[in-house]
Amino acid sequence: MSEKRFKLLQGNEAVVEGAIAAGMRFYAGYPITPSTEIAERSALRLPQVGGKFVQMEDEIGGIAAALGASVAGLKSMTATSGPGFSLKQENIGYAAIAEIPIVIVDVQREGPSTGLPTSPSQGDLMQSKWGTHGDHPVIVISPSSVQECYSETVRAFNMAERFRVPVIFLMDEIIGHLREGCEMIPPEELTISNRRIDRKFNGTMAYAVQEGNYVPEFAPFGKGDHFNVTGLFHDLDGFPTNDNQKTDSQERRLLDKITKRRDRIQKWEEVECEDCETMIVCFGGTARAVQGAMDEAKKQDFFKIGMFRPITVWPFPEEALNKIIRQNKHLRQIIVAEHNDGQMVLEVQRIVEGRVPVIHLGKIDGTTITPEEVLKKIEEEY
Amino acid sequence: MAKTEIRMTGSGGQGVIMGTIILAEAAYEDGKQVVQCQAYGPEARGGSSKAETIVSDDRIHYTKIKYPDLLLSLTQESLDKFKDAVKESTIFVVDSDIEVPEEIMKAHKVYSLPILDSARNVIKNKMSANIISCGAVNELTHVATQEALEAAVLNHVPKGTGDSNLAALRLGAQLIKEYK
Repeated sequence: MSEKRFKLLQGNEAVVEGAIAAGMRFYAGYPITPSTEIAERSALRLPQVGGKFVQMEDEIGGIAAALGASVAGLKSMTATSGPGFSLKQENIGYAAIAEIPIVIVDVQREGPSTGLPTSPSQGDLMQSKWGTHGDHPVIVISPSSVQECYSETVRAFNMAERFRVPVIFLMDEIIGHLREGCEMIPPEELTISNRRIDRKFNGTMAYAVQEGNYVPEFAPFGKGDHFNVTGLFHDLDGFPTNDNQKTDSQERRLLDKITKRRDRIQKWEEVECEDCETMIVCFGGTARAVQGAMDEAKKQDFFKIGMFRPITVWPFPEEALNKIIRQNKHLRQIIVAEHNDGQMVLEVQRIVEGRVPVIHLGKIDGTTITPEEVLKKIEEEY
Repeated sequence: MAKTEIRMTGSGGQGVIMGTIILAEAAYEDGKQVVQCQAYGPEARGGSSKAETIVSDDRIHYTKIKYPDLLLSLTQESLDKFKDAVKESTIFVVDSDIEVPEEIMKAHKVYSLPILDSARNVIKNKMSANIISCGAVNELTHVATQEALEAAVLNHVPKGTGDSNLAALRLGAQLIKEYK
């Protein structure tokens, strides 16, 4: 039976379908609410496409197995929620320094520790950037519809492969458990990136960057040569080094491969930002309430509202936000709406540098921000 | 712009979440825009549970319902919990064992239907109460065609229960048609 192209899917399910379209053939993880459907659907779907699903003994094992599979050549993913995301941090750093492509999904839930397992939150925004120690490259994507769960997962895999980095897919319960229509675009109609393999690998320089490239091509695993993979700073041969110059050049290259190419990584949505009086900055599921507020505002004689939504949340689309502030002469205030006590607002304040008032609208009680609350906040602050 | 907001409530295990999924899937297959979501948490097993679907001709931005066009309650507890989050035009569909407060009877169109009893004694499967509910809700809201609704039911019920669930679906519609 051929699969239907349009389907009613849950956000979590669409992530798996997008991942498989992108070429995911390995999943290892440990089920946790509200991400469990990602493990469940991976368990069902991967064997159907010749892939492997492994339920590991814990969260750390989940990411470790996925990293191992990735080194061995398979596109790999793991998914979790806050408590598991904390446990995975050490191995996210390992993926960063050893340059192992992987997609890590975090369906956020409310609060520290085990918190409120079934309630929406966006409290892991800063953790997704800084959760693992040390300066490290990071790409974080946050979807705000089931369709984006599909298509942005494809982009997450593409960037993981192209840049040899961990990519965090930062979801929230609002979108993870939402069902809506999804177009399952088949792989042949998608842009799919695959890691480059060094066919001329000479068995020693696993981390040498080939001319014209900015990440090392992968040593061909399983073809007879061996190479070393380590979390220590390493030389081009993959073996540890204490040499300060080599440390500096490796760390620089790890960071530069993202920062210098951020124009290829950043993605955002602007809705009526060019002449709005209030601009709301938001990401993920919060955007749905903000759009609801914009719909309501149009029915009434209300202030003109725009929405700026980073889809790639890290690196933040800084230049795009700056451009709006420079060009929109009507802009009187920016409200950052997020389901936390104030995280993205810090980044926005840093970028805005006081040119326009930046106000925070947050929620941390496990319920969701409503369109009414957005409109009320705009009126209060106006 | 036609937009219908449906909230189905009951106790955990009665299948109200599945009921809204079936309605949403049927409407989606008919070419409508839909969203479906539910309250998770301890209330998902026992206690009162809530699930919602919005069906619209246009793109749906906000995913939650404030005041539904139709509120279905299968238990007293769930009606008591959700009866106040309604608007003037909200239609109530409740199981006939439920006591509906006088002020609601006066202010709203209320359909008190033997949903749980029919599931047990006519369909002979108490798990079919949510399908009877789907039939009744669709008869009142027409969010999906009968063909799409039947296909969605068959897509979600266990193998071997297809015929009895289709009978449940028709029974739900019939309860509305014959309601006095």
